[in-house]
Parts: sequence; C-alpha cells; structure tokens
Amino acid sequence: MTTDLFLNIDASSINWARAQFALTAIYHWLFVPLTLGLAVIMGICETCWYRTRDTFWRDTAQFWQKLFGINFAMGIATGIILEFEFGTNWSNYSWFVGDIFGAPLAIEGIVAFFMESTFVAVMYFGWKKVSPGFHLASTWLTGLGATISAWWILVANAWMQYPVGCAFNPDTMRNEMVSFLDVALSPFAIDKFCHTVISAWIIGAVFVVAVSCWYLMKKRETKLATESIKIAATVGLVASLGAAMTGHKSAQSVSEVQPMKLAAMEALYDGGPEQGLAIIPGVKVPYALSFMATNDFAGYVPGINDILNGYAKSDGTLEPSVDEKIERGKQAITALANYRKAKKEGADPALLNEYLSTINSNMKYFGYGYVKDKNDVVPPVWVNFWAFRIMVGLGCLFILFFAVILAVTYKFPKALLQKYDITTLPDWHYWVAILLVPLAYIASESGWLVAEFGRQPWTIQDMLPTWVAVSDVEGFSVALTFFLFLFLFTLMLCVEINILLKQIKKGPEYTN
Amino acid sequence: MDRKNVFYRIYDLYVDGFRSMTLGRTLWAIILIKLFIIFVILKLFFFPNFIKEHASEGEEPEFVATQILNQQ
Repeated sequence: MTTDLFLNIDASSINWARAQFALTAIYHWLFVPLTLGLAVIMGICETCWYRTRDTFWRDTAQFWQKLFGINFAMGIATGIILEFEFGTNWSNYSWFVGDIFGAPLAIEGIVAFFMESTFVAVMYFGWKKVSPGFHLASTWLTGLGATISAWWILVANAWMQYPVGCAFNPDTMRNEMVSFLDVALSPFAIDKFCHTVISAWIIGAVFVVAVSCWYLMKKRETKLATESIKIAATVGLVASLGAAMTGHKSAQSVSEVQPMKLAAMEALYDGGPEQGLAIIPGVKVPYALSFMATNDFAGYVPGINDILNGYAKSDGTLEPSVDEKIERGKQAITALANYRKAKKEGADPALLNEYLSTINSNMKYFGYGYVKDKNDVVPPVWVNFWAFRIMVGLGCLFILFFAVILAVTYKFPKALLQKYDITTLPDWHYWVAILLVPLAYIASESGWLVAEFGRQPWTIQDMLPTWVAVSDVEGFSVALTFFLFLFLFTLMLCVEINILLKQIKKGPEYTN
Repeated sequence: MDRKNVFYRIYDLYVDGFRSMTLGRTLWAIILIKLFIIFVILKLFFFPNFIKEHASEGEEPEFVATQILNQQ
C-alpha cells in the first residue's frame, strides 16, 4: 500500500497539499488558544496585585506569565508557514484572492509585531522599571494584541467562507477589494471571532485548573493553586457559557451562508421545518435544529438533497439546484475565457461588455463550473457530524466541570459541600482535571474540523474549488515537506512540553 | 545620557531585561533556531513562489488564467 501511495503520488498532490495545510494549521492552533486564554488569567492575577499590592498576587501573575512566555515563544512564526504554503501549493488561490486576503494578514503582521513585541517586553522586563499601572496596562495590552491578531486572521478565514466586499477583475484575474469595512466587519467574521476567542479562554482556564490541581495533588503551592483555580474556573464557566451562546449565533450564520455545512454537520439529507437535533444517530432533540439554525422552533432547515436539487428559502426566494449553478458557473468560465481572448485580439468594446456582463452575473457560481458531479459539492458528512458532536459534547462537559469546581471551591450549596475541601480531595479528582487538558484541545480542534471540512470542496465558497486552487506542483515534493513538518513539529512540541513541565515542576518564585 | 530621558529608559528596559534573562535565553535560542529553519531553510529550499517561478513580472494574470481556465 505504501509503495502504491508513493508511485501514484502526483495524482494525489492535492491531498498532500490539503494534509500539509491541515497539519500546519492544527499545530499552529495548539499555541494560539493557550496564549489567548492565559492572557486573560494572568491579567486578572496582576489586576488583583494592582488592587491589593499583596506580593502573593504579583508572584502568581509572574508564574502564569512565565508559562505564557514559553507557549508564546513556541508559537511564534508557526503561522508564517501557512503563508508559505499559500504561495507554493495554493498559488492559483493566492492570486485569485489577491489583496483581500493579503490586507488582513498584513495588518495582523504589523499589529502582532509592534503591539505584542512592545508590550511583551514591558511585561517581562518592566516590573521594576515602570509604574504598576503602566505594567498592568502592558499585560492586558499583550493579551489584547494577541486577540486583535486573531481578529485579522479570522477576518481572512471568514472571507473564504463568505466572500464579501469584493469584485472580480477579469483583466488581473484577481478579486479586488471594493469595501474594506464589508470585509473587516463581515457578520460571519464577527460571529467566528467571538466563538473562537471565547472558546480559546476555555483552554486557558482548563490549563490553569489542571496545573493548579497538580500542585494540590503534590501538596504544594496550595494558596497559588486555590486562588488560581477560583479565577480560572470563573473565567472557564463564563467562557463555556459564552461559547454556547456564540456557537448558537455561529450556527445561524452557517445556516444562512453555508447551508451545506450545517446539513453535513447534522447528516441531514432530507430537510424541512421543525427539525430535531441529533445527539447521536437516531436520537434527536425535537425542534432543536430548527431553533439552532433559525431561532424558530418551526424554522425550515434544508437537507443535503434539498440543496442539491434546489429549495425555497424561508423568505420565499428559490435557491437554485446545483445543476443550475454548474451551468451558470460554466457560463462564467466560458465568458471569462472569451473575454480574455477577445481583449487580446482588440475586439469591439460592446462584445467585451457583453462578456463582462455574463461574468459578473454568474461570478458567484464561478466555482461550480468546475464541478463534474453534483455530489462533489457534499462535504465529508461523517467527519462533520462527529466533529460537531465532540465539540458540543465537550463544551457541555466543561460547563459542568467549571460549575462543579466553583461549587466545591466556594462550598456552595453549603449543606451539600461543607465537608469538601478543594485542597484535600482524593487524587483521582485532580487527575480528572489534568486529563481535561487534551480534551479541551480536542474540542477546539474539532471546531476547526467542522469549519474547514464543512466548507469542502471550496477554498473560496462557491467560487474556487480545491482542485482549481492548488498549484501544478509535484505531489512528491509536497509529501516530502509534509513529513519534514511532521518531524519538525513533533520535535518542537516535545521541546515545548518538556520546558513547560520543567517550569511547572519548579513552581513559582516567591518574593518572600 | 540623562537617565530620565525616555529613550534612555526604553534602551535600559531592553538591555537590562535581556541581560537578566534566565529561562528567556533558552526561549530566545529556540526562537532564533526556529526562525532560521523557517525563513532560511524552508522558505528558500522548499517553498518557492510558484507563480514567480513560472511567470515573468506582469505575465502573472495570463499564467493564472491558463492554469484556471484550462481545468474546466
């Protein structure tokens, strides 16, 4: 099988390019959410120090800042590799999206460099150099800088899922930005940002609770662990509830913009009104899917077959069948080819305008012109179905987990929890908290699986399928760099975890 | 230099900060090695700009048009 895989490697260059991109994105996403989550918790710890001037809080803040720094250092530049891959493996895509994708990424780079590097320096080097207020502001601004960076990356990603604020230029073969605000403040981007960043806080909270529980299990750093658990569990509970709410809003965005993704998430083949939400195959919560997608228990949710064959939307408009979209896509491609040929030959402007008109009126279905079989526009259903359930299931588990942790920590309700002390629980309680760290990552990566598998086969929704976006590169060279990355990423991850564990084992450095 | 001068204070923040690093030295070493691998080895030898390699300046739209339109 291995021999066959390598002999036929060119035929699968697109799969290697996709696998490489997925590997790099998943690796990059190991660092980003912990950076965003720890930023909030270390900011709160330092705020406690600023308000009380108790050195315990400064030591606690410095300890979490140290772990933040290790994670930050390991994550630096891992996202740059994605941009390299755009230029080499996805060159048609890179050219086709042009400035629209480039602008948010450029802003992200500038913001990340100037804001984060400035305030990170003050945060680590400035304890005895700047005023407490300025230092506190720098700590929060470090987190804000990372969050703003995430904003621009998510704007770029959201545009691929919901291309707005652009117009295709057949002369340059690029989509050009016509409204920066439409791109930057796309409702899809806002929903994606809120859900992604809030869910990142959950990872930070789970991590802090887990490290604290390890200390409690080892009967050391009791005060730091207890106080950190109070802060992290509060952040975690708020974030878990927030993730549920923003997830509901995201589902509505998806149902409007990418109904095929929602249908795949639910393995819903034949839709209709009053749809139930599947917990597992065959077990449904009545009306819940309709409510999740439309905010109406009787709302209409199209299934995969409805989308393939065309359906009437809730506002009465008709969504064309995929066959019709394929036809319109072919018209756009033919008109584009004719336009470019005619322009070279110096054809009559009236003829050029006719081609332009055909291109513009069918451009939103441009990508369908490359679809040979209408079933090719159905994303992998089982991946979406289970990834969605893993994400939501673990999200519900985190709500319960943080609520229980807070109840035990604050002994509320008193009658029930009086006898429990968070510092003297049996070890298996602490192990449960520690084992939730990988689950938090699995939940977060599952969310990305839903987002990215669910929009297949599109690199740009409805406009550019993956097999047109990919470069005409040799599959072997992509496979080679895939395994090179796999080796490098594994090595770097081992180094990070090793440094992180050593510092956790070493513990905080107390002033007194 | 006047030690109250804002530029001196910024300079002092960075110089003193870098000098007194402990764990930071290891992290910086890892960052620099990583940046070298990413920008020198990976970028130069494994990730060329595909379009620039196949189309001269100004010819990129024609190259991409050929790539995209021929796939129908």
